[in-house]
Amino acid sequence: MIRDITIGQYYPAESVIHRLDPRVKLVGTLTFIISLFLHRSFLMYLVAAVFLTIVIKASKVPFRFMIKGLKAIMVLLLITVVFNMFLTPGTPFIRIWKLTLTVEGVKQAAFMAIRLAFLIVGSSVMTLTTTPNHLTDGMEKGLAPLNKLHVPVHEVSMIMSIALRFIPILLEETDKIMKAQEARGADFDSGNLIQKAKSLVPLLVPLFISAFRRANDLAMAMEARGYRGGEGRTKMKPLIYQKRDRMAYGVLLGYLAVMILVGRFAPF
Amino acid sequence: MNIIKAVKLAYEYKRYGEDGQVEETLRAVDGVDLDVKKGDFVAILGHNGSGKSTLAKQINALLVPTEGTLYVDGMDTKDPEKVWDIRQSAGMVFQNPDNQIIGSVVDEDVGFGPENMGIPTKEIWERVEESLRSVGMWEYRHSSPNKLSGGQKQRVAIAGVVAMHPKCIVLDEPTAMLDPVGRKDVIRTVRALNMVEDVTVVLITHYMEEVIYADKVIVMDDGKVVMQGTPGEIFSQVDTLKKYRLDVPQVTLLAYELKKAGLDLPAGILSIEELVDNLCQLKSNM
Repeated sequence: MIRDITIGQYYPAESVIHRLDPRVKLVGTLTFIISLFLHRSFLMYLVAAVFLTIVIKASKVPFRFMIKGLKAIMVLLLITVVFNMFLTPGTPFIRIWKLTLTVEGVKQAAFMAIRLAFLIVGSSVMTLTTTPNHLTDGMEKGLAPLNKLHVPVHEVSMIMSIALRFIPILLEETDKIMKAQEARGADFDSGNLIQKAKSLVPLLVPLFISAFRRANDLAMAMEARGYRGGEGRTKMKPLIYQKRDRMAYGVLLGYLAVMILVGRFAPF
Repeated sequence: MNIIKAVKLAYEYKRYGEDGQVEETLRAVDGVDLDVKKGDFVAILGHNGSGKSTLAKQINALLVPTEGTLYVDGMDTKDPEKVWDIRQSAGMVFQNPDNQIIGSVVDEDVGFGPENMGIPTKEIWERVEESLRSVGMWEYRHSSPNKLSGGQKQRVAIAGVVAMHPKCIVLDEPTAMLDPVGRKDVIRTVRALNMVEDVTVVLITHYMEEVIYADKVIVMDDGKVVMQGTPGEIFSQVDTLKKYRLDVPQVTLLAYELKKAGLDLPAGILSIEELVDNLCQLKSNM
């Protein structure tokens, strides 16, 4: 049961977006987020909404998965909206008790809400259509120029992919240790929050010890198979830009241009 | 030519105190002389703490000998420039299948070794396919290692080593954490590699059933090699083996007891068929 969990929120499907190079998706997401903060214009957000809808449709991921991410930040979104509505100075609109709702406030709140929602949905598109390993690969290749600044890009991405591989193993191990301790009378479920947290300490100690042991074993296994860092290493699944990736970059550039133009000249 | 040659090999583990002084030394391997011929299947037996794992790690240059010399395929393991060549010619499979699989998909893991060696992408794929087929795990190439059984994981680990085209594979108790079915699969795979591909195999184990197919058995105790010979020669000395806290296969033990009870049986019977044959002959001679 615990073996079947998926890390991240990858939604397997056969689509153009799924097959895109992870670098394109990373750059695309970044471009999309930046484009949201270029100007404030409702027409611009309409363009962004159309673009996002097309991408979501192309990705073949059901829309409700995109909305899932929004639920998590609902509270944050509400707080932002309420604060913006009441605390922005400007022409009064309605007065409720001591609080003043201003026209500018409502406008500001709407902008904020749209931006946040688009931001979350936009990045969900990336995480839903790319496996974590693919993302790590994309980051390694995409950030390779940082190597010149002595940023250990290869090491960081290796650490990330190993972490991803060991999460299910460690979860299984936690489950095992919990069961073993419960069998000997440990209680993880009752008591208040502090008591519950305290009962986790005897769980963490053996977990940490075993994690270190595993790390040691793994390091030895990697050395035994000739691992000596990123230098001189070839790739089994190298990232090479295909025609569709170049086309995607073109689409992205077009989108950005439209956004800039609309933001500049939009009447509202 | 000898693929592995050890001369008076020794290794000491040192435990350091707070000020960096040596508090305790443990001589895990002590004056071992060893010769392994190319294409041999050598089994190393020994009780826990007999130094067999330490010996294995030295063959892969993970540990450098404290005294003596160890040559792997003609290269001295003390030579820091040869370390990577040695690790390529002598691959190593460890005990815990979970802790030696690096990739999150089976084929990626098998490609890890060749990637480190800097082999071109196209050839990596050829090697991955060839080695996954040789261990019978090709159908699982797109699976996550987490969803495989212990025996399957261990076969993937073996494929990962095979993909580096080693001349010799050292397996350090590869079956210790497996169920009987997985154990059988792994041993069958190792034997096939040895016989079909002519890869030299050094198998470290404490399961006697796995040893009977070996060309040569080495028994270690307290860091020293105490017995050497063919499985038949080794298992005929039941009392000596007991002294080193090792068991003999059940059939061998039965034959041994029968012989002690007065039956005219040869020493060192290893398989049920062999015992049956001998008993039938005895009966017809009567």
